[in-house]
Amino acid sequence: MEAEKIISIDTKHYKENISRRNRAEKIFNVILLLSVLFALLMLTVLIIDIAVEGFAWVRPELFENYHSRKPENAGMKSAIAGSIIVILLTGLFSFPVGVGAAIYLEEYAPKNRLTDFINLNINNLAGVPSIVYGMLGLVVFGRMFGIFSNNSWFVNLFNIPIESGATGGWKFFLFDIPWLEIHLPFGRSMVAGALTMSLLILPVVIIASREAIRAVPPSIREGGYALGTTKWHVTRTLVLPIAFPGILTGMILSLSRAIGETAPLIIMGAFTYVPFLPRSVWDRFTVIPIQIYNWITLPQAEYRVHLAAAGILVLLVILFLMNGIAIYLRKKFEIKW
Amino acid sequence: MNLTSNIQSYSINFHDNVTIISANQINIFYSGKLVVENFNLQVPKNKITALIGPSGCGKSSVIRSFNRMNDIIPGFSLEGEIIYKGKNIYSSREDPVRIRRQIGMVFQKPNPFPKSIYENVAFGARINKYQGDLDELVESSLIQAALWDEVKDKLKESAYALSGGQQQRLCIARAIAVSPDILLMDEPASALDPVATLKIEELMQELKEKYTIIVVTHNMQQASRVSDFTAFMSLDREKIEDRIGVLVEFDETTKLFTNPKLKETEDYITGRFG
Repeated sequence: MEAEKIISIDTKHYKENISRRNRAEKIFNVILLLSVLFALLMLTVLIIDIAVEGFAWVRPELFENYHSRKPENAGMKSAIAGSIIVILLTGLFSFPVGVGAAIYLEEYAPKNRLTDFINLNINNLAGVPSIVYGMLGLVVFGRMFGIFSNNSWFVNLFNIPIESGATGGWKFFLFDIPWLEIHLPFGRSMVAGALTMSLLILPVVIIASREAIRAVPPSIREGGYALGTTKWHVTRTLVLPIAFPGILTGMILSLSRAIGETAPLIIMGAFTYVPFLPRSVWDRFTVIPIQIYNWITLPQAEYRVHLAAAGILVLLVILFLMNGIAIYLRKKFEIKW
Repeated sequence: MNLTSNIQSYSINFHDNVTIISANQINIFYSGKLVVENFNLQVPKNKITALIGPSGCGKSSVIRSFNRMNDIIPGFSLEGEIIYKGKNIYSSREDPVRIRRQIGMVFQKPNPFPKSIYENVAFGARINKYQGDLDELVESSLIQAALWDEVKDKLKESAYALSGGQQQRLCIARAIAVSPDILLMDEPASALDPVATLKIEELMQELKEKYTIIVVTHNMQQASRVSDFTAFMSLDREKIEDRIGVLVEFDETTKLFTNPKLKETEDYITGRFG
């Protein structure tokens, strides 16, 4: 201890200035409140505006009819069906892949440069514009690099039936039951659209799942290992059940983003007139945001303003429902510590 | 092997004690850095062996080596042998999953799974395909862990409804439900209040009838109260900058605490350092 450095500490050396610090506290409080109010205000204005324009047009015809040349008959039955099926398929594809990737990266991946590189790029992928995914999806799923075009050597060699659209397809039988039907290339089908959407949301699904898995305390894993269990058993019976609510929330929020996506599906060929319900997942389709976009481009005010607003209302209700389901499932599976 | 200090320069008369597991000249490394050097220990069967020593001397690293729990830490490596049932548990032929079933572990902080009390105890039995009646196994494990009377009416309730001391006894019940030979306890009472600590200590006395216990503790009174043998670890004085843990003295607890052979041990147990 250096004695000469010890000073006498006295209360008179402090200028506490409590009132000024309290004022700063209050000002900061108001600024924060204002930023919340601004966001809420904008959202409210938007919803009120859309509700005023479109509420009267949310009528049975909207759900029962297809697009029509007469606005009073126009509906978006095929778009609603398309959106719902595409989102279900997207969830089906992205959940196992996303959660699997997250488990691998969190529990199994060795800490090395390759893993660091993958981590960095998953975060980068989450920021790639969706239209880029649309182009990727078109080439990879829609056209499959042209491998499955008529009379290509590959198709001739294996005698693969190539038909896009709802008819035909390559059927696989098990006990005389056709259990799988593949149409090559995937073309403008819902499968192609859902796969593209899966690519789009996978980075976010992986990131959210990893956060949830990482939040499981290491002591729980140790407790599992100490009883003579394998990594997979610990992951399946301890880590995943605890992480599940978080994974599910990330999943549904990602799907909420996907249901509002327009750009990639426009490139995939969903910007089209679909006056029928899809006969199978291999059929052509359109989705609600594209139908809205379609109406907005038309000159008549009934389409441009009212029907578009009605479509947005339907989309918003589906979004709120999905978020509600997310909250409900989160509460249901949440583990009380 | 550098053996310039007086460490391990004496041998202990084990009388008629049978060694169940022994560490032979183990060196422990984390990411290539040596943290424990030339550690030798012969653990007597059905006795309580305490590992004591100042913070950071590698007690936990050593105890976690006895059931290969360190394997899950990236960068861990071990030289030397740990012999259990005549086999080196670190040989590539040995499966850490099987070893951990035979050599159980209780941790510093109670870590029950977020499941019911019943499922906590049954967890290890289920995966290791227990052939008998699971209900009986759960009951008997909880009885052995001195917890049955407190939880028998709420087996389906969450383990987190229990107090800290009860949770730790639940973790002990969970560990003994897979019928281990050896129980490793890494400061099992350091997160508990004195009453709960006393219960754990009494429980350890009962458990040593069936199991061999190795316990790490910061608390020297605890070591002197519960253990039959005590190993004192410290940082190697000659290479103090490198912070390498070494075994200083190992003896029967009564001898080590009343008549330590080395000045370093005496300084530590009388509270002059550490």
